[in-house]
Amino acid sequence: MRIVIIGNGIAGTNAARYIRKQSDHEVIMISEETLQPFSRTALMYIYMGHLKQENTWMYEDWFWAKNRIQRVQARVEKVLTADKTLLLHTGEQLTYDQLIIATGSKPNKFGWPGQDLPGVQGLYHLQDLATMEQYSAGLQHAIIVGGGLIGIEMAEMFHSRHIPVTFLVRESSFWNSVLPPEESEMINRHIREQGIDLRLSTELSSIHGSERVESIETNSGERIHCGFVGLTVGVSPNIDFLKDSGIETRHGVLVDEYLRASAPDVYAIGDCAQLRAPGPGRRAIEAIWYTGRMMGQTVARNICAEPAPYQPRLWFNSAKFFDIEYQVYGDIPAQTPEGVTSLYWEHTDGKKAIRINYETHSGAVRGFNLMGVRYRHEVCERWILEKKHIEIVLSELSSANFDPEFYDRYELNLAKQYYSRTEKTNHHVKAI
Amino acid sequence: MSKQYDPSLALVQVNHLNTGQKISAAIGSLGLGILLFAWAAQQAPMPGIWLPTALLSLTVGVLGYAHFTYKDSPAGIKNNGVMFHSLSNRGLWAYVAGVLLTGFYVCLYWYADYLKGLIALFEPLSQWARHRPSDQWFVYGSLYTLGVLILGAKFIYKYRHNRYQIIRTVSVMFFQFVFAWLVPAWMQMMNQPEFYFTYFWPLKYDYLFPSTVNWLTNSTHLGVFLIFWGAVMTFVATPVLTYFFGKRWYCSWVCGCGALAETTGDSFRTLSDKSLSAWKIERYLIYSVLVFIVLVTILLWANSYKEGAILGEWSQTASKTYSFLIGSIFSGVIGTGFYPILGNRSWCRFGCPQAAILGIFQKYFSRFRITTNGGQCISCGNCSTYCEMGIDVKAYAQRGQDIVRASCVGCGICSAVCPRGVLRLENGSVDIFDRGSLVRNEH
Repeated sequence: MRIVIIGNGIAGTNAARYIRKQSDHEVIMISEETLQPFSRTALMYIYMGHLKQENTWMYEDWFWAKNRIQRVQARVEKVLTADKTLLLHTGEQLTYDQLIIATGSKPNKFGWPGQDLPGVQGLYHLQDLATMEQYSAGLQHAIIVGGGLIGIEMAEMFHSRHIPVTFLVRESSFWNSVLPPEESEMINRHIREQGIDLRLSTELSSIHGSERVESIETNSGERIHCGFVGLTVGVSPNIDFLKDSGIETRHGVLVDEYLRASAPDVYAIGDCAQLRAPGPGRRAIEAIWYTGRMMGQTVARNICAEPAPYQPRLWFNSAKFFDIEYQVYGDIPAQTPEGVTSLYWEHTDGKKAIRINYETHSGAVRGFNLMGVRYRHEVCERWILEKKHIEIVLSELSSANFDPEFYDRYELNLAKQYYSRTEKTNHHVKAI
Repeated sequence: MSKQYDPSLALVQVNHLNTGQKISAAIGSLGLGILLFAWAAQQAPMPGIWLPTALLSLTVGVLGYAHFTYKDSPAGIKNNGVMFHSLSNRGLWAYVAGVLLTGFYVCLYWYADYLKGLIALFEPLSQWARHRPSDQWFVYGSLYTLGVLILGAKFIYKYRHNRYQIIRTVSVMFFQFVFAWLVPAWMQMMNQPEFYFTYFWPLKYDYLFPSTVNWLTNSTHLGVFLIFWGAVMTFVATPVLTYFFGKRWYCSWVCGCGALAETTGDSFRTLSDKSLSAWKIERYLIYSVLVFIVLVTILLWANSYKEGAILGEWSQTASKTYSFLIGSIFSGVIGTGFYPILGNRSWCRFGCPQAAILGIFQKYFSRFRITTNGGQCISCGNCSTYCEMGIDVKAYAQRGQDIVRASCVGCGICSAVCPRGVLRLENGSVDIFDRGSLVRNEH
């Protein structure tokens, strides 16, 4: 049986790896972007000079031969589901028995005037990095539009090359659709501390230039000169090539809980997959690294072993905002809902914080938000799944700490805050 | 076909130096210039003011450079441009530094005559510190210690947000300065043998050779204690401390080779080869060296016992061969001279027999391991890239596996550079395979 995977990001790569673990099927992985699967999340470090391109490769070269995973660098123009055939840009055809679509995302553009000028781009593919590099030569000023994870990464990238950045964020505070107000404000401060010109509640109106971008205008009418505009206003599934393929799509490729698309023997995973029925509290498209990785694993089992539904377990994610690391486990919404209490402690240096949300009545913990502090994934997950009472969690909190040795511990501060607030005296504090 | 990324484009605006950095570099160059001049001039005596000028300007230059590099940015990981710099990236400056360093080692071991000027330069310091004339070993030890101290200070500035790195670096600086420079100098001043308390057999291979044992026991009333100290460190402290803390208690906290690697060599840590084939070579080489020194030591003692009757010539040849090939060429000329080409730990990784023993303990009888944090790894590669021992840390982290490797010196840089908080150095008592199996990926 021949399994063809379109896309060699984390979802496609993990699918290939797990198919090989469980079967002897022929595996072919096609990518237009690069022959060598690499870590997309590390693109920024190549630009910043922390890593070379080969440092971001997922596996050494021998790995692919040893595991008999064929790699093809080509663009898939069309998927003929009736014939189970792919048309490549070279004119070649490739048949499949099972097809896995893992083509990821592409950066959004919202129809701004001038958005297609040279020097205006997002950051997703390796090729985006190449053009970013090209436009960095002699660059005097860069504009970043969009207050999310890629936006702040791009700001950090230019900052590392001493290129001044103006960072336009539509919202009143950085990433405040995800981060609660205190954490969001912490990142605002940290961005400004780096010397980045952060403009909150500011939108892009238009982009101007002749040969290349020369300036932008904001919604307040201000004109800012620049040689580069980074558009980082989210991503959408990269599935244009599936038009007329007969595979049902909406924003992404629609898949059931087994990650099956509408056409027979076709699956979709990662950023480009849209779940018809996402689990409770989950979104239909979750364009993050970890879900792609888990979907790759699930699809491999579905094809090679017994059908198993995609179960992404408890939500978790992480990021790094300049020097502040961020980890989240479980449910920490930007606005704390009714019936939930949020225990928040922040270090006096304003760069570390711990938040634990718990149900006000039952005391069951629901989620952890960590800024500048590392907590153990497995411990936090177990507490949340077992609905552990906040006071038990506080008494055992040090077992979640994952900071390096000799670091200050803040578990006691959190417990003190909790008990001073609830005016309870409790023996648990002593146990820490 | 779409356009490929071309890393050579990345040479724009990356070698930006501010005024403070430029002035500091100029001051440091003055110090380096005096040393190079003294080396080239080959004459004695040297003006007395030159040595303090050289050492002071090197210190001010390095500390000033660090200050103007890090002062304006908040504490955090500062690896911007590492892959673009000529010195840290096998460029022209790396080869210039490599040639100078290897040249110095060749002179040091075999052509000390060519170091006359440098030896004369250090005469006042030698007289002050140990009441005896300067020689090439004093020059070497002093420059080595200076490197550890001033580049250690730079390292601390760079990692000032990370208390593990600060304490560890203070530790190597302390052991180098006190036990590898000050105490041996004092002992010589007191007419005692020049003894290094922080080096033991088999790294300091001759400390258990019959000739050294006889020399120590005959030359001083301290001799028996010194031999006892060395034997206890080799046979008792090494296994016990390694059981509790891993080999890091020595390799990245105490050892002088480690001290130089972690401080002066920090800029070269990315150069270590991470490939599987390099790991294979490592295992063949390091255990061969260990077998070599064990055999040589046994041979020497057998010979000594037989009073040279049978193995006389043979054992001397064996020990001389070891001393030439391993003691000088491998650990010195290649191990340190090739810092800018092979990375800062090539001796520790491929050659050091002490590391080999510590590594065996670490792998099979130690509580030390690096644990990974559930599923948070994004395979970015920072951990592997900045591992000076060439361990492909990412290969473990992206599978959610703990890292238990003989070669890991526990420097903790993988954990520091990880942008997702995935890695932690631990001395755990719980079996690694029992923990967190639920959330781990299948592997």
